[in-house]
Amino acid sequence: MATVGRALLIVAFAVALYGIAASLYGAFAGGRAWVDSGRRAVYALAGVLTLAFAIMEIAFLRSDFSFNVVATHSSTTTPTFYKATAAWSSQEGSLLLWVWLLSVWSSLALALTRRRVREVAPVATAVLMTFASFFLMLTIFFAQPFETLAAVPQEGTGLNPLLRHPAMMFHPPMLYSGYTLFSIPFAFAIGALVTRRLNAEWIVSTRRFALAAWLCLGIGIVLGARWSYTELGWGGYWAWDPVENASLLPWLTGTAFIHSIMIQERRGMLKVWNASLVLATGTLAILGTFLVRSGILDSIHAFGASTLGIPFLILIGAMVLGSVGLVVWRRADLASEHRLDSLLSREAVFLLQNVLLVALAFVVWWGTFFPLISEAVTGTRASVGPPWFDKYIVPLAFLVVALSGIGPLVPWRRLTLASVRRGFVLPGAAALVTVLALVAVPGAWAEPKAALFAGVVAFVLVSVGQELWRGMRARQASAAEPAPVALAGVVRRNRRRYGGYVVHAGFAILLLGVAVSSSFQHAKDVSLRPGQSARVDGFDIRYVRATSHAGAEKISLGAVLDVTKDGRHVATLRTTRGFYPSQDISQGIVGRFFGGESESEVGLRAGLGRDIWTVINPNITPLLPIIERGNRTFRRAMVGIMNVPARNRQQAAAQLFTLRDAAVTAVARRFVTSPWPADFRFIVSPLATWIWIGAIVTFLGGLLALWPAPAAARRRVTAGYAARVARELARTAQ
Amino acid sequence: MQLLAVFLVVLAVVAFVGAPLRGRTRGLDPDHELRAELADLEAAKEAKYREIRDAELDQRTGKLSEGDHRVLDGELRAEAVALLKRIDAVRARLGAEAPPVTPPPAVS
Repeated sequence: MATVGRALLIVAFAVALYGIAASLYGAFAGGRAWVDSGRRAVYALAGVLTLAFAIMEIAFLRSDFSFNVVATHSSTTTPTFYKATAAWSSQEGSLLLWVWLLSVWSSLALALTRRRVREVAPVATAVLMTFASFFLMLTIFFAQPFETLAAVPQEGTGLNPLLRHPAMMFHPPMLYSGYTLFSIPFAFAIGALVTRRLNAEWIVSTRRFALAAWLCLGIGIVLGARWSYTELGWGGYWAWDPVENASLLPWLTGTAFIHSIMIQERRGMLKVWNASLVLATGTLAILGTFLVRSGILDSIHAFGASTLGIPFLILIGAMVLGSVGLVVWRRADLASEHRLDSLLSREAVFLLQNVLLVALAFVVWWGTFFPLISEAVTGTRASVGPPWFDKYIVPLAFLVVALSGIGPLVPWRRLTLASVRRGFVLPGAAALVTVLALVAVPGAWAEPKAALFAGVVAFVLVSVGQELWRGMRARQASAAEPAPVALAGVVRRNRRRYGGYVVHAGFAILLLGVAVSSSFQHAKDVSLRPGQSARVDGFDIRYVRATSHAGAEKISLGAVLDVTKDGRHVATLRTTRGFYPSQDISQGIVGRFFGGESESEVGLRAGLGRDIWTVINPNITPLLPIIERGNRTFRRAMVGIMNVPARNRQQAAAQLFTLRDAAVTAVARRFVTSPWPADFRFIVSPLATWIWIGAIVTFLGGLLALWPAPAAARRRVTAGYAARVARELARTAQ
Repeated sequence: MQLLAVFLVVLAVVAFVGAPLRGRTRGLDPDHELRAELADLEAAKEAKYREIRDAELDQRTGKLSEGDHRVLDGELRAEAVALLKRIDAVRARLGAEAPPVTPPPAVS
């Protein structure tokens, strides 16, 4: 099957190259037939790559170790769920996933726009196929997913234990979907610039893809944060790691873009800004992909050093130079059709919010690339840590959240004093009351930034609530419906508007969770024996007993902990450290079961008020003499097997392996029968759960904004306004 | 067997991708500039209708006063009318291929 896989990649590469040629020839010389053929090449590419991806997945599910990628990233003991996801834990498999997703999303975009943007679409097709060709070239010449091994091993190395987490099933596909979906507005922007079709049509046609990209990338980022919180064993969800930052960059500029295109769509303004934003977002998406793969910056999430850096740098260089060149070349066509009516208008709020989001992106970019910048300037690689990021990010994020509450209250074109009175009084009062109420909460003002931020969040939530309430009342006034029906009706008819408002509310909740959980967190590192306790933020955490489990996949050493407050039981926590066997036989027959990679299972009691988080780090040093004795005993036994007659040797080896498994289990049991002190980290974080609740609300809002209105309802609404305007036309014609 | 599978895939791809090139050859559309302009104007018209609708919702939810809305609605409708006139002009140049926007009887 590997041969078929390799051949399919070559076929796909040829199809992608043909797609570029046919689309460009059709656009500039040959006519619609070539354009249609180029578009079909994208569909065909999606079909061929689906087959190739299916072959790789089947190889993983069947544990076919003749595939190098399967032998090095899976094993027979890997659970089926993780065998399926192991495909994208490898450099090779993830590149194939990237290009496959690109082909699928491109096909969808071109199918939906086949009767629109007729001049722009062929150039966009060529751009999308250029991306596909680039990634296919990498899978054919640099990181081959269908490479086979001359000597097929009986067992694979297994999946990296840190990746055995449900969030990892969806985190990479969501991130890649975000990156590849951002390629679509990027490609259409290039098409619009080349063909000088820079009005509203290309934006209307690709707006939904920009929103889908924002949504997928956001979900991917949050899943990564959740994985970090519950799997990595350090107790945080965001570490300003270069790879984390790389995914945040296009998300920030993409957020700015999906706001500012509304101004271009309505007023024909900000064309240079929007073109630059979408081109920057597309380039940053590729930069993010490059950072994960090149190994130029140290990160726990990266694939490590590789030979992919140079090709990526060439692509990114071409994207940057091409983008800047195109915007400069078409600057006359990008002139604004209108001017800003007032500095107190929704357009102005969007513009300010855009500037802040781009400033945030710049801070993240600078901090991420500072090691490279410092090395280039001083010859010494220096990096900046979380305090540096916090210093600049916190005030900017504060202002962005405040604007997300102000924006919904401000009408388009101009704001009057009367609208300020009508809109701002209630949210302003809520903010004030919240800030003053926190004075009464002991310790709340110990972190003034968090207390002020709570006030801003109250402002946002009340402004969004007020908008929903007023929308519902307006609907009730015209349709005489019960409140829930009226609310559903007004939201259904204005999904973009109210979906956006829900996103603002969710994002404010998310950042409130971040602000409070990081400002008021209590953490303690202790070493405890069973029966001993530690006190953290008023909670008594007692190490009740040690646990051990020896399975085919791993050996787990853990603890059961009892959490009480003022004598009342609060929670029982279970945390384990899993040790995966190493393939390195030099560690000994018993020792290799404790010498491979390890991962943590966090003990977590999540609550609306606070999370109680713990992780164990059992010290296995006391086991080393026993492990060494076991290694010697079994080494002698293995030599002894050589003296057994050949016909009985297999049976003797099987018995020996059974004894070895029993010995490994017994060694692990020592952690329970003769427990020694184990290291624990305890963290109590207030409102941490609201980070995930806020994220869910944000993405539900995004989904609401993305969801298309039924065609019939859309036509009915448009027809009403069309009739009014047409009457106006008739009057002016007389 | 594997070679045959790949050959069949290639055959299917060639047939599918090449289908538009068989039969009648369609050259460049001589009116493509006008059609693109029309599509742009149609998109702008839809955006303008949405703007009118949003302004109406802003008024109903209290963000715009009655008077402010009247002024804004007038401006927006004037812009929409200008767009409709441009659409009609482009359609006329396209040779009445698509029906022009027919104004309903004026309301007195």
